[in-house]
Amino acid sequence: MEGSVAYDSDLNLKATELRLGLPGTHEEQQAVSNVRNNKRPCVENETAPPPKAQIVGWPPVRSYRKNNSQPVYIKVSMDGAPYLRKIDLKVYSGYPELLQAIENMFKFTIGEYSEREGYKGSDYAPTYEDKDGDWMLVGDVPWEMFTTSCKRLRIMKGSEARGLGCGV
Amino acid sequence: MHKKMMFSFPDEVLEHVFSFIQSDKDRNSVSMVCKSWYEIERWCRRKVFVGNCYSVSPRMVIRRFPEFRSIELKGKPHFADFNLVPDGWGGYVFPWIAEMAGAFPWLEEIKLKRMVVTDESLELIAKSFKNFKVLVLSSCEGFSTDGLAAIAASCKNLKELDLRDCEVDDLSGHWLSHFPDTVSLVSLNISCLGSDEVSFSALERLVGRCTNLRTLRLNRAVPLDKIANILRRAPHLVEFGTGTYAADLRPDVYSDLAGAFSSCKELKSLSGFWDLVPAYLPAIYPACSKLTSLNLSYATIQSPDLIKLLSQCPNLQRLLVLDYIEDSGLEALASTCKDLQELRVFPSDPFGAEPNVSLTERGLVAVSSGCPKLQSVLYFCRRMSNEALVTIAKNCPNFTRFRLCIIEPRTADYLTLEPLDVGFGAIVQYCKDLQRLSLSGLLTDRVFEYIGTYAKKLEMLSVAFAGDSDLGLHHVLSGCESLRKLEIRDCPFGDKALLANAAKLDTMRSLWMSSCAVSFGACKLLGQKMPRLNVEVIDERGPPDSRPESCPVDKLYIYRTVAGPRFDMPPFVWTMEDDPSLQLS
Repeated sequence: MEGSVAYDSDLNLKATELRLGLPGTHEEQQAVSNVRNNKRPCVENETAPPPKAQIVGWPPVRSYRKNNSQPVYIKVSMDGAPYLRKIDLKVYSGYPELLQAIENMFKFTIGEYSEREGYKGSDYAPTYEDKDGDWMLVGDVPWEMFTTSCKRLRIMKGSEARGLGCGV
Repeated sequence: MHKKMMFSFPDEVLEHVFSFIQSDKDRNSVSMVCKSWYEIERWCRRKVFVGNCYSVSPRMVIRRFPEFRSIELKGKPHFADFNLVPDGWGGYVFPWIAEMAGAFPWLEEIKLKRMVVTDESLELIAKSFKNFKVLVLSSCEGFSTDGLAAIAASCKNLKELDLRDCEVDDLSGHWLSHFPDTVSLVSLNISCLGSDEVSFSALERLVGRCTNLRTLRLNRAVPLDKIANILRRAPHLVEFGTGTYAADLRPDVYSDLAGAFSSCKELKSLSGFWDLVPAYLPAIYPACSKLTSLNLSYATIQSPDLIKLLSQCPNLQRLLVLDYIEDSGLEALASTCKDLQELRVFPSDPFGAEPNVSLTERGLVAVSSGCPKLQSVLYFCRRMSNEALVTIAKNCPNFTRFRLCIIEPRTADYLTLEPLDVGFGAIVQYCKDLQRLSLSGLLTDRVFEYIGTYAKKLEMLSVAFAGDSDLGLHHVLSGCESLRKLEIRDCPFGDKALLANAAKLDTMRSLWMSSCAVSFGACKLLGQKMPRLNVEVIDERGPPDSRPESCPVDKLYIYRTVAGPRFDMPPFVWTMEDDPSLQLS
């Protein structure tokens, strides 16, 4: 049972910490400051301790059961919105459902997607950070690849969004 | 000349009597009474069961049973389910289909488990058997929706198509449209298919046409808002599996769904429930009082919602669930479901280092105490005690299947830090009808002594990370009279017990040993001495004779056979050769 234990996983010290600022703003400030510093946001503290090194075929669970169990939670931020949201990518079967859900969540419309021109018809563009730390336009890769590589979503607004949309 | 015996009946009478004997075991016994019974029986056997497809050749089966209508075949060893058998090992069904296609076109049923089924095989089935009715593929792989389309198009009398737990290549969702208008399915299980593999409109039309449909298990891709329409087209369903059970909460969708479930008055079994959203769960409440089987093992439903649901299901006999149910949920189950016979609790986070739910031995003890008819258990947990196991054993002397998986290998009794020998010993001692047992936790040779002494009806034993020495294996092989299948991984068992009990292997279907201590030399010796065994060495490191003979083999699969060595082996499997000069008797 070795392996790094997250700072607050046992004692939940964070809950008792005194701090300034409204509830819920801490994470967003962290995310914003990370982007400014060009640092990759630190994901480790927010998730459970890493799983142990796996023995082949143990525990004896069929592979189709393994895929189902864990939800894939990712944070969704929108430029200009005060709060982050969290969604479970596993709930959606494709891009249309995902984008619909995000539109509902933040009450706005994303434009029409085309491979060549990105999202047209709105000021917003949905982007995501992948495993390599690169920011990509949502929809460019096949859905399965997206769900396994997406670490967080950011709905960009304005000129930044339009810049991303104009082909590659 | 001998007097005609008073109890020698004409063949037709015997045949008629035999027609009431369905069980394979009994049929085999009947055929061994005398030569004439053997002859009569072989001509009227309609269902053939082959537990290991390599134990006999298709030609031999057809020669002995010229009139069968149904065949059931099993291929890969059970540990293939957990990726311990490398891809390409074998288990191909094509040679069987090819022989049967030539021999008789009146075959009606094919049931396969853990076999490799190609589109070519499916196409051959579709072409060859004009009255084909039942195809059940369980944990099979190697085929695509093209093969399914061939079956759908050509098998005009198809009644059952069941693809449980298969791996299917998705090429097109339109294979369902290939069913002719006249087809009348009774059972359709497509729960294993991915998102591209089913067209919803074709599915709805098909369900509408099949007025005798009693079993329908959908796949995850079928959205929640399509369920109501499907259920309304099949009001006589007895078994139903939903697709994804998640959607934004909308009152119209909810009431539509609830109405559809209440109109299915014969529902006894429910499954599916992927991604379950609890708000939609009450839609199934109208069906709950009649439910005997409930599979929630894909549903991330938490304990309070589970308790509410289970309180509506007093007639439940079979429950599959994730460990989100926790001890509290199992305690509720124990108090409301007094008819429970089978319980399977799967781990929601099998690879997590720490427990993510409060599910311990307490839950299983509660169910063992509250459910007097409990017979079959599969339980994943993270801690156990001898005390709990003894209590469970005393509460449930009627257990036929007991499979316990303590997730961390070699976990001791958490109260006393001792091995769990005594606990499992109690299980085999009190449960005299135990047929199947899976062990886990910290175990010494002593547990095997108990098993060899008491488990006289045990047919299948699964062992992992257990035992101290060959004595453990020796106890099992010499003591378990009914043993048919033994599968072992990561145990310190070597040559001695295996060679000393070689004759036992002739009485069993198969033995699997991986990451143990059996040397290549012992495998060769066993192969040489035992002509009716195939001793297969599976080793991806390369030819075993490129290493010293004393070197342990990676994986070993031994099975009895009358078909001799097989010839469809991949490069990493070697069958040890018979040596006639060394054979015993």
